[in-house]
Amino acid sequence: MSLLITGARVIDPNGERRVDVRVDDGLVREVADRLDAADGDEVIDANGLVLAPGFVDLHVHLREPGREESETIETGSRAAALGGFTAVVAMPNTDPTQDSVEVVDFVRRQGERAGLCEVLPSGSITVGRGGEQLTPFGELANAGVKIFTDDGNGVQNALLMRRALEYADGLSITLAQHCEVEQLTAGAVMHEGSCCSRLGLPGWPSIAEELMLHRDIELVRLTGVGMHFLHLSTAKSVELVRAAKADGLAITAEATPHHFSLTDERLESYDALYKVNPPLRTAGDIAAIRAGLADGTIDAIATDHAPHVAESKEQPLDLAPPGMLGLETALGVSLASLEMPLVDVVAALSWKPAAIAGVADRHGRPIEPGEPANLTVFDPDEVWEVVPARLASKSHNTPYVGMPLRGRVLHTMFQGTPVVRDGTALR
Amino acid sequence: MTPARSLITVDELGTDGIIRILDLADHMAEVNRRPNPKVPALRGKTVCSVFFEDSTRTRLSFETAAKRLSADTMTFAVSQSSLSKGESLRDTIETIAAMGVDAFVVRHRSSGAPLMIDAWTQASVINAGDGWHAHPTQALLDAYTVRSSLGRSGGLDGLRMAIVGDVKHSRVARSTVAAMRMLGVHVTVVAPRTLLPPDVGDSFADAVTDRLDDVIGSVDVLYLLRMQQERMNEALVPSLREYTSRFGLTAERAAALPPQALIMHPGPMNRGVEIAVDPGELPGAVITKQVTNGIAVRMAVLFDLLGSGATTSSPDLTTEGGSL
Repeated sequence: MSLLITGARVIDPNGERRVDVRVDDGLVREVADRLDAADGDEVIDANGLVLAPGFVDLHVHLREPGREESETIETGSRAAALGGFTAVVAMPNTDPTQDSVEVVDFVRRQGERAGLCEVLPSGSITVGRGGEQLTPFGELANAGVKIFTDDGNGVQNALLMRRALEYADGLSITLAQHCEVEQLTAGAVMHEGSCCSRLGLPGWPSIAEELMLHRDIELVRLTGVGMHFLHLSTAKSVELVRAAKADGLAITAEATPHHFSLTDERLESYDALYKVNPPLRTAGDIAAIRAGLADGTIDAIATDHAPHVAESKEQPLDLAPPGMLGLETALGVSLASLEMPLVDVVAALSWKPAAIAGVADRHGRPIEPGEPANLTVFDPDEVWEVVPARLASKSHNTPYVGMPLRGRVLHTMFQGTPVVRDGTALR
Repeated sequence: MTPARSLITVDELGTDGIIRILDLADHMAEVNRRPNPKVPALRGKTVCSVFFEDSTRTRLSFETAAKRLSADTMTFAVSQSSLSKGESLRDTIETIAAMGVDAFVVRHRSSGAPLMIDAWTQASVINAGDGWHAHPTQALLDAYTVRSSLGRSGGLDGLRMAIVGDVKHSRVARSTVAAMRMLGVHVTVVAPRTLLPPDVGDSFADAVTDRLDDVIGSVDVLYLLRMQQERMNEALVPSLREYTSRFGLTAERAAALPPQALIMHPGPMNRGVEIAVDPGELPGAVITKQVTNGIAVRMAVLFDLLGSGATTSSPDLTTEGGSL
């Protein structure tokens, strides 16, 4: 029995076309103008819908092990599949930290057990994300880890960062930086600007991101070892990355949907739902990030999906943890906020992050016979609103309630198996 | 049932609302001058002070105000250490509210906490100071002190005030500057850049300078903020001595003040730092008056929010059983 997807508008690295696609035994088997259903075939009528390679999220917090009350690898994987993702990179700030083969193997296995998408454990750059001692890059690379980051913390020590880059050379891994000079952000809860001045809240200055970004760009220049930059949030950061790429440096960058859709004025409510790190910034920063995505300076849209239980967000801003959900709303926020060709949005959600994550052999592939069937089908025009209680994520801290989103995922195929049909998770 | 009215910032009062409270405070000041300064205006009402940060002065002022209006008072003091391990803020508030409370008087070290609490309870919430954000009753008592000291009525049009010191970390500055400007005062903020909010635009103050000596000769009100010791450790100012030399009220600066100028401070004072002269020897110092007026102004706020004749300008403040 095979799966037949008919009438789809395919968007993939080879461009756009209208075809029927047959999936069987985990692979795309046939692509043609018209394919007829055989007895027993499962048929998805995709007229008016987009069929694309599944999305790849470079940046999710699945909270397992350690914080299973807010998310598990299973619930996070389900949220991912519902968002059209077939692979997610799990950040290492778990408890214990993903700094050993045992922990990354556990995360990968939990992902396999859930069977909803491929969970790619990242490794931390330093032991316990403590910023002092390098993790065993070689052992972890052998265990399949491709991305290393201390996300949540920036690596403060410039010498250690230089050594990390030099040691990573040749291991086919990518170091990813959360850019934040901590001395400039102690106690900060929101963007430093007129809004925080008025609200009496400690500010997180843009320069705290830009200084570390600048430092690391120069370390890339010095060492010749590439890097990825997580969640760019400021206009100047976009400029720095644009200039570094023009110089031919091997760097990539991501931006989150919230950093190109929400401003710091959200904090006027003092609602910790809007506390996130790096913080929501200004309309000018949003415009720069959108421009950076449009011209390819920013390679990927990544969610920084960060589940938190309601009690922890029902605290004053200085006590509440940073972070917001993103997996189930990424496409809807992107299409509602970005004025880019649809193919460029899909590229930033799919094959460009697949390359950064080191999974371009099986995700973000062209939809051609013989390719792995990690696919998503979405309606690019449906306007909808998120209902927190209906989210698959175990936590409900979405900042998008009441905001019209555009574009909704209807079906997701992971390794050839439908895991989401008609917007409902099948497992 | 509609939620009771609250007071979180002075902005929500507007100019008319501030003047209404100040007029009401005139009546309360009259009550306070009686031999038996107590009226039954809020009998049967319960006011609960919930202080998540120590402030004996503010708490006593509110509780005295509530008692003079015959309200019942409760106090819930939470030390910082028990806050992190104890029940959540929301549970604390909902538990106390369940005992039957008409108003919460809230002090919290976190900006925004009273606003959150206001969303969780039907009772009135009065912000008694939150983080760096707001301290509306301080602003009202400051405005009242200026108005009564200068024998004015209505607003304060045409006056010039300089507010000196750590504006960045000061809820008093945010509220008092806003209230004074709403009443027509021209406010100059005087501080080094390190003690200013990162973005002090026209919406924050009328003028900003780091030269106290340039403005001290032309102010009607000199408002000194408390300089906290720990600011030295954050490299915000090099030393207290240097702070005093640039921003303190020294004898020389006191001599440069116009003779009728008022000198104000929210307390507690760091003598020898922001005030390097004995305020008792400064004829314009109204620092003790601020404390006294705090009672009348807080009575006015409580009456305005909880009194049966809320928003009336001529309250019934007959002493219980006739005057003694």
